Amino acid sequence: MPERGRGRKGFRPVHLFLIVPYVAILWVPFFNRVEPSIAGVPFFYWYQMLWIALGALVLLPVFVIEERDGKSE
Amino acid sequence: MAKGLDLTATSVFVALFAAVTVLGFVGARGRKADHDELAEWGLGGRSFGTLITWFLLGGDLYTAYTFVAVPALVFGAGALGFFAVPYTILVYPLLFAVFPRLWSVAHAKGYVTAADFVRGRFGSGLLALAIAMTGIVATMPYIALQLVGIEVVLAGLGIPGRLPLVLAFAVLAAYTYLGGLRASAMIAVVKDLLIYVTVIVAVIVIPIELGGFAKIFAGVPASRLLLAPMTAGNLGQQSGYATLALGSALALFLYPHAVTGLLSSSSRRVIRRNAVVLPAYSVALGLIALLGYMALAAGVKSMPAYAAGFKAFGPNFAVPALFLQMFPSWFVGIAFAAIGIGALVPAAIMSIACANLFTRNIYKEYIFPGCSPAREGQVAKLTSLVVKLGALLFVLEMPQIYAINLQLLGGIWIIQTLPSVLLGLYTRRLHPAALLIGWAAGILAGTWMEMQLGLKGSIYALHIFGEIIPCYAAFSALVLNLAVSSVLSATFNLFARNPFVDATVAEDYV
Repeated sequence: MPERGRGRKGFRPVHLFLIVPYVAILWVPFFNRVEPSIAGVPFFYWYQMLWIALGALVLLPVFVIEERDGKSE
Repeated sequence: MAKGLDLTATSVFVALFAAVTVLGFVGARGRKADHDELAEWGLGGRSFGTLITWFLLGGDLYTAYTFVAVPALVFGAGALGFFAVPYTILVYPLLFAVFPRLWSVAHAKGYVTAADFVRGRFGSGLLALAIAMTGIVATMPYIALQLVGIEVVLAGLGIPGRLPLVLAFAVLAAYTYLGGLRASAMIAVVKDLLIYVTVIVAVIVIPIELGGFAKIFAGVPASRLLLAPMTAGNLGQQSGYATLALGSALALFLYPHAVTGLLSSSSRRVIRRNAVVLPAYSVALGLIALLGYMALAAGVKSMPAYAAGFKAFGPNFAVPALFLQMFPSWFVGIAFAAIGIGALVPAAIMSIACANLFTRNIYKEYIFPGCSPAREGQVAKLTSLVVKLGALLFVLEMPQIYAINLQLLGGIWIIQTLPSVLLGLYTRRLHPAALLIGWAAGILAGTWMEMQLGLKGSIYALHIFGEIIPCYAAFSALVLNLAVSSVLSATFNLFARNPFVDATVAEDYV
């Protein structure tokens, strides 16, 4: 049991996915610009809207791997 | 307002409101058996699956006031107001990684509130009291703002007087009292469907009428389209934007109503699944934020028909005015019902959360220790009534700006519970006395910064080594809190063994 508990708690490389949105979103100077715009929507706006979907997607690999290993009942 | 009563819109609005009232009372009948117990009334028996939790948390976190205030901020301040979008992006990895631990320990130990957990983890009643009080005080003005949301749409319909607001409130109070969290969950489903319909129609119809997104963005003043850039020695709006998003994300799940929503789910897997599917609401929120620019492009501010509304509610009237201008009356009724009913769900859950905190961490701890579970439930139900009545009186008697200012301060206060609650899920090396001092330091510093700003915003410019760094006051106050908590913990632990007992074990968290 302790061993299993440790496995659940422990850090895994796949957890690095969880940090990606923070880098993408908190690096404001990168997206604080108008071009490239899409159909008249400035980069600032469509980039952040896009990250709503990407932010959910990066959770998937973590979710799938942990579910597979039965670490999340 | 100036246009007089809109009969078609009002009829649709009232019909939807009535339908939801019936639904709330049906939901109130729910499971009878142990209805008076706190975990049943105040957490829906910890029974909600993925779908209901999705509706419940969606209805709970993306409140009616958000749907009015976010576009209002974009309408008035431009790009800075868009911070709501990155904020809700950053919340979900945190929800996914951290908060299943809170669910597990609460499930194992029967905790109903975050303060329950702190009480068990750190063994300090005083620290738990501080956490509970912070939660209650931060949530009360939030409830008042939901009622302001209803007030705005009632004004938009041209319904005069305050009686309708009192009626809507009575409906809310009755179904919450009888049905607890289950009734809110049922109403949340209807509310969310109405919101999605409104948003989808709005972002298709309005841009077409206004000549496309390119034209809408072209109408935004260049100085507000982007964040003010960095200059030598000043990070400009960009550091304010990033800390506003991060600070708000860190604070969200510390709010009592968010914790109540989380703990009502039936398993930790439900929470993790929801972290993946809840961003659907963020898409809606992002599109709603853009309604602020559409209101600019439509020029509603200078139209005489809406002058009275803007005078009474400021930029918060932008979206109602836009809907009145762009939609046929019957759809205005649907859209306004979405906002109005959208206010009921979070207001109910917030009052339930406050009631849970009062019952568990003040009444049971200090007034009547060892009270029976049935009595706990009774006290919570009554408390929820008192809390809502307080919010109603606040909205009726005080200028609206008080509720807005207090909610701003509430965000600064609630984030100060982060070291105890969130770090507490991982370590108990922190000393409760140090946590309490850190909490106080954070609250004082944050409140002081907000006073310096005259409550006009929440970005306070720090001067560090000659650099000017605008930063969300809640965030800088949290950094101070963390520093004080950890340094003092290390010091206290050095001199004496921590005498407080941890009621939890490592297995409770997984």
